[in-house]
Amino acid sequence: MIGAVAAILQLFPTGDAQGKLIADHQPVTLAAMEGLFETQSGAPIVVIGQPDVQKRRLDNPLEIPRMLSFLTYKQWKADVRGLDAFPQDQWPDMIPLLYYSYHVMVGLGTILIAVMVLAALMLWRRKLYDSRVMLWALMLCVPLPYIANTAGWMTAELGRQPWLIYGLMRTAQGVSPRVGPGNAWFTLIGFMGLYTVLGILWLFLVYREIEHGPEPDESLPAESAVAAATD
Amino acid sequence: MGTLWFCLVAIMLTVYVLLDGFDLGAGAIHLLVAKTDEERVQVLASIGPVWDGNEVWLIAAAGTLYFAFPALYASGFSGFYLPLMIVLWLLILRGISISFRNEVISKVWNPFWDFLLCASSLLLAVFFGAALANVVRGVPLDASGYFFEPLWTDFRLGEQTGILDWYTILISVLSLLALAMHGALWVQMKTEGPVNHRSAKIAVNTWWGILILTAAVTVITFKIQPQVKENFVTWPWGFIFPLLAVAGIAGVRFEMVKHDERKAFFASCAYLTGMLASVVFGLYPLVLPARNPVYSLTVASAKAGDYGLKIGAMWWTIAILLAAGYFTYVYRSFTGKVAVGKDQSYH
Repeated sequence: MIGAVAAILQLFPTGDAQGKLIADHQPVTLAAMEGLFETQSGAPIVVIGQPDVQKRRLDNPLEIPRMLSFLTYKQWKADVRGLDAFPQDQWPDMIPLLYYSYHVMVGLGTILIAVMVLAALMLWRRKLYDSRVMLWALMLCVPLPYIANTAGWMTAELGRQPWLIYGLMRTAQGVSPRVGPGNAWFTLIGFMGLYTVLGILWLFLVYREIEHGPEPDESLPAESAVAAATD
Repeated sequence: MGTLWFCLVAIMLTVYVLLDGFDLGAGAIHLLVAKTDEERVQVLASIGPVWDGNEVWLIAAAGTLYFAFPALYASGFSGFYLPLMIVLWLLILRGISISFRNEVISKVWNPFWDFLLCASSLLLAVFFGAALANVVRGVPLDASGYFFEPLWTDFRLGEQTGILDWYTILISVLSLLALAMHGALWVQMKTEGPVNHRSAKIAVNTWWGILILTAAVTVITFKIQPQVKENFVTWPWGFIFPLLAVAGIAGVRFEMVKHDERKAFFASCAYLTGMLASVVFGLYPLVLPARNPVYSLTVASAKAGDYGLKIGAMWWTIAILLAAGYFTYVYRSFTGKVAVGKDQSYH
């Protein structure tokens, strides 16, 4: 239940409000996130499609017409500025990556909403614990929020490029002039190594925990006693 | 306004050293004072509820530094890039060795994390000493306001200095000894039995080293950084800070003899405060001295706009009241000695 409510709250109002803020303050980021190359009224929202930055178009698009205009400005025919409305040196540097991380985040968010609403319904109908398929689906969903979180974070960071302070200071101007690339590599590799070790440790401990299993349910003393006896 | 923030940042750093100092010190002497698994759990329990809260003071101090002296922050964080990253790694390793240690009971697992805790705490004490010494000695800033220091060059006090040279190493040793004593006094205050006795022994043994090094470092520092001498001559009232340090170090000895563990620990706090305050007083108005004094960063040249500093001072006051209240509460509920074996969770 809590999962379902949280998943929906993420879409509305928080996700919705974020989208409007981006449209107001970083319109070029919005265009890049949505893969919108041309300014248009009644802009569609893209479900699937591959941005081709050189040809300035979206390949194999699967779109919902006018949805983007509506979601952003609450009018089906509103103008949404595309990337062509901005000089190319102000576009985010990695448009495809930005586009994909945003779509991964939104896609996973949608899947999670669907799964959680379904699970909540089944819980209410008292069918959840008998449905193998649903329990499997819920278990497989465990890593998805992590992926969605990371993708969302990438969206924010890639989307604000090429700015360090939006509109004021470019990322290239923020580089420490005296730190050599060799030293930066040293720390990058160091962090990668450290995180790898931490990741392995985490997996090890989680595996142990799963292996150990949940504490025996105390409300069922008879059954656990039988289980213990047969072991 | 700049001077006010200079003092505020100095206060926050001092609080950090006092608080995280004792758990770093406890980590550094961990293997020496605790031999059995039970004793090691005892040492960890003595810092368990507070060590991570103490580290927040470092982050808060760095945050205020960034806010109040952006030019210093930009210059210092790129110039000290390597040691800062290494300190970060050590802090991470130390954190996980405390959290992971008791997840598994095994003859390999527990001693491994104990060793890692000890090594990382020890190195952190050394690095913090070196950091302070670098700021006192001055760094190779040039006209651009930037510099970069490798970990070491030729270990001499020339133009192109490294993080480590004979002066900074000397202060690192003092820092390690002082924090080891500070930690030992803390562990002594919080424990009973063999751990308590061994901690007392370490405190006594390090005391002599600290006394000698403090005297030596004071003389050398007056030679190396002319600003220090100038300040003490201009404002003689500043001598209360070194006096506080002397009173503190004498107090540690005095209270140790009297077996007053609490007062001995507080005397050590007074010593550390006196030492740090003397340095800060001696450096003012420099926030980062350069090897070539022309390029030194001062309070006036590194500070943020006055309007921002004023607003910041207001928020700082509110935040510090909250933090002080919270810390008082935590330490009050954690008074007395830690029990052995009864409660082994220390998260």
